[in-house]
This record gives sequence, structure tokens and C-alpha cells, in this order.
Amino acid sequence: MEQFFQQLTNGLAVGGIYALIALGYTMVYGVLKLINFAHGDLFTIGAYLGLTLLTSLALTDHVGGFLGIGVLALMVMGLVGIIGILLERIAYRPLRESPRLSAVVSALGASIFFQNAIMLVYGAKFYVYPQDLLPKSPVFIFGMPVPLMRILILVASVVMMISLYLFVQKTRIGTAIRAAAIDQGAARLMGIDVNRVIMIVFCIGPALGGVAGMMVGIYYGQINFTMGWNYGLKAFTAAILGGIGNIPGAMVGGLLLGVIEALGAAYISMAWKDAIAFVVLILILIVRPTGLLGERVAEKI
Amino acid sequence: MLLAINDLHVRYGNVEVLHGISLHVAEGEIVTILGANGAGKSTTLLSISGLVRPSEGEILFDGLALHKLAAHQVVQARISQSPEGRRVFGTLTVEENINLGAFSIRDKAKIARTRTWIYDLFPRLAERRQQLAGTLSGGEQQMLAIGRALMSDPKLLLLDEPSLGLAPLLVRAIFDTIRTINASGVTVVLVEQNAKAALKLAHRGYVLEVGRIILHGESKDLLTNPEVRNAYLGGS
Ligand SMILES: Nc1ncnc2c1ncn2[C@@H]1O[C@H](COP(=O)(O)OP(=O)(O)O)[C@@H](O)[C@H]1O
Ligand SMILES: [Mg+2]
Repeated sequence: MEQFFQQLTNGLAVGGIYALIALGYTMVYGVLKLINFAHGDLFTIGAYLGLTLLTSLALTDHVGGFLGIGVLALMVMGLVGIIGILLERIAYRPLRESPRLSAVVSALGASIFFQNAIMLVYGAKFYVYPQDLLPKSPVFIFGMPVPLMRILILVASVVMMISLYLFVQKTRIGTAIRAAAIDQGAARLMGIDVNRVIMIVFCIGPALGGVAGMMVGIYYGQINFTMGWNYGLKAFTAAILGGIGNIPGAMVGGLLLGVIEALGAAYISMAWKDAIAFVVLILILIVRPTGLLGERVAEKI
Repeated sequence: MLLAINDLHVRYGNVEVLHGISLHVAEGEIVTILGANGAGKSTTLLSISGLVRPSEGEILFDGLALHKLAAHQVVQARISQSPEGRRVFGTLTVEENINLGAFSIRDKAKIARTRTWIYDLFPRLAERRQQLAGTLSGGEQQMLAIGRALMSDPKLLLLDEPSLGLAPLLVRAIFDTIRTINASGVTVVLVEQNAKAALKLAHRGYVLEVGRIILHGESKDLLTNPEVRNAYLGGS
């Protein structure tokens, strides 16, 4: 029971991180029908920026761990959001009218560019996040100790997901994003500036992906310039699992994948941890080709 | 002149589909554009709305050069369109669709007033406001497309085949509503294949044939014109 509970909470925390990254894939796909292959690298950039800000500003020393991490997370979101906007302007917008393959190639090119840029700036070695940011004592839930960090990550990702959901469902801009994802031409006939919608999506998605990178750094303590590949692939799987283009789908898909992976690693085989995720993906796609919450056929990937 | 199109050329890729059309619409009019499938009617409306870029020619609205504006700026200039095939946002509710129509308007009180007017105009939409637009019948979707277009408080309303696929009774209802909308001060450009009904409603008409305007005039003259009768009124 204890082990199950530990794996479950661990899976939910990792799943929350997957979900945050998956939202970037799914939102971009929603409005542009494009897989942003550079998204995993924006996640990596978030991890590195988080570390740089953490060590150079020493904010956590002055205002305490919780507030310091919160402020730094917002800064990482802002910076990676801006990088996302630039990415769209430079790598995708000029190719909007070109054949789909051009944009795919451009996405892969952007991904390679980011990886090399990170390596140039930081080098190829592993970096370590400071481990003394928050109190070490665990929190007891049902009498079982759970690391404070794990709870914090889960709560933070859930809060961000709920905020995003409310933004997309309830606000004027959020409705415009949904409309543009359904029919871009009709959205323009409503007076929606679709370029602005795309810009907003390319800010929110990378912002969430970037902060997820920082979370991984804090949670596992170690980052490197290829981490975006593995997390990107998992999160992309989560997005497909939930139904690509579907925002709640990415959330559910991420959390589910995190839990399945954690439980699979504990009860089936640690060595097969990564494979389990894909087996689940394949099984679900056989039963529901559109993903768990997807409505439309994902024929455009 | 509220709207003036001068020598408009439009191409899709290498194929030119509008070969220099000119037309004008005065304030308060209902003007219909008739023509067979593929004549270029929708292309004409899409270029007014800024969804299609002309390769030559100009589109002036109150003196404003529409062909230089982005689509959302055309809506801000108070032109809106109910497009061919309705294109309602199927997975959004009726009310969300209606509200999206008012995207260009910031005044909340004005939006609420217009929405009330539209629900008066189309009581069916009021009943179904929480329903997903995709679950509406064809006629209701058409009402939604028109209502949604009216939410931006347009001076000029472009309607692309509002009668397409509707039962005759519904067509009559929709056309009556168009008359009401026009009477409230909205100028209307109506694209139709249902030539007879359109000419009975409109003040004037243009006949488009493979990208060229071959005829135009008062509706009553077009209704009796032998060429029009043969080609578009089933020779009756
Ligand atoms: N997006 C497009 N790409 C290429 N050709 C198009 C496109 N839309 C319309 N056409 C062509 O342009 C011509 C005019 O089409 P359209 O304006 O839709 O005519 P109508 O509305 O009168 O039926 C047709 O030959 C049609 O096949
Ligand atoms: Mg047409």
C-alpha cells in the first residue's frame, strides 16, 4: 500500500509535468495543425534559464524558498514565452502558406538550432540544481510521508492547468483560440486577428513547457541539454493519448501517462518504463483512434 | 456609394477566377449576385471580407480601401459575412457562436442589446443557446450564421447562399428575415443560386458568369430578361 501510494503520487507529479508540456503541443496543433518539434527544446531552455536565474539572482536566499521559486517560475515563463513568440515569427509564420512539409522541416531545424545554442552557452555537461531550496521534511498524507517538492509540483501544475482551462473556456481571447482551432477562416470573419491568436498560443504553450523544465530541474536535481528529447516525446505521447488538439485531453493524457509509467516501473519492470508508455499509447489508439477525448480524426499528423 | 468594386481580378494559384469585375452597392440596398456554381460569387464575397487577396483592382467601402485591410479590420470597418456552408463553430455553444460575432465590439452593453435583438429575430436560437451549434438543424445553423454576423453591428452584411439546402418554407422565413434586417438599416449583398427568390427580395442584381459580370440591373428588369429567365429561372 505504502509503495503504491508513493508511486501514485510520484506518477501524478511527473504526469503533471508531462501535461504542462503536452499542452504546448496540443494548443499549437489546435490552431496551426503543426507539431512544434522544437517544443521539447523550449522545455530544456526553461530548465537552464531556471537554473541560471536561481543561482545568479539568489532570490531564494532573500525572500525564502517558496516565494523565490514562484517568482523565478514566472520569470522563466515570461522568457520562454517570448522565445516561443520569436520562434513562431521566424520559423513558422513565413511558411504559413507553404506546403506542410516545409513547416515540419523548419520545426526540426529550430529544434537542432536550440539544442546547439544551449550546448554553446552551457556546454554538454550535466548541471545540478541546488537541493536546499525547500525544507527537507516530508508532508504526511494518510500517515504516509510524501516529499514536499512532489506535492508542490503537483499542486502547481494542477493550478496552472485549471487556470488555462478557465482562460480558454471563459474569456473572450480563450473563445477566440477555440474558434480559430475549429475554423480559421470563419474566425477571421468574426473579426478575430488570427495572427494574434497564434502569437498568444505560441506564448502560453512554451511558457508552460518552460516552467515544466524548471520543475524537472527542481524535482530531479539534474538537467542536461538532451532532456527535451525524452520529455518532449513523452508529452507528445500524452497529447496524442488525450486527443491531439484537445486541451483537457492533454491534461488527462499527461497525468495518466505519468501514473501508468510510475506504476508500471514499480510493478512490472523498471527497465521497461519507457516502453510501457508507448504500449499504452498503441492500445488506446487501437480502441480509440482519436485519443481519449479527441473528437476529430487525427489524420493530419 | 457604400461599396464600390472596380476591375477586381482574383486568382487561386495560377488560375484567374475573377477577370475584372466591377459592381457597386448604395447604402440601404439589397443587391443580389446571381450565377451558376463556380461563377465566382463566393470568391467575390471572400475578397470583400479580406479572406482572399485580389491580384488587381480595388474594393472601396465608404472610401476605405478594403483590399489593403486584414480580414479582422474589415469587420471593424463594419462589414460582416455569413459564409457559404454557414461555418458555425460546431463544438461551441450557440451563445458562444453569437458572442464570437461581437468579437470586434468592446462595449458590453451594446453587445447585450444586439444579442437581445438577434434572439428576438431568431427565437429558435434563444431556446437553444446552451446547445452545441453542431447539433442544430441546417435551418437553425443558417439563422445562427446570420445572427452571429449581425453581432458586429455591420453596415454591410454579406450573405453567401443562405437558402442552400433548406426546405422551401424555411427559405421563405430566412428571406423574410433578410428583409427585416435590411429595413433596420443594414445594407445587404446576397449571393444566391435561388435566382427567383433573390430577385424578388433584392433591389438590384448582378449576373456573374465564369468570373465576368454579364448583366446587371433592377431586379424587376432582370426577372423579365429573357437571358436570365432561360439560364437562371428555369425558362419559366
Ligand atoms: N480555394 C480555392 N482554390 C482553388 N480554386 C478555387 C478555390 N475556391 C474556389 N475556386 C475556384 O474558383 C472558381 C470560383 O469559385 P467560387 O467563387 O466558389 O464560385 P461560386 O461561389 O460562384 O460557386 C471555381 O472554379 C472554383 O473551383
Ligand atoms: Mg459559392
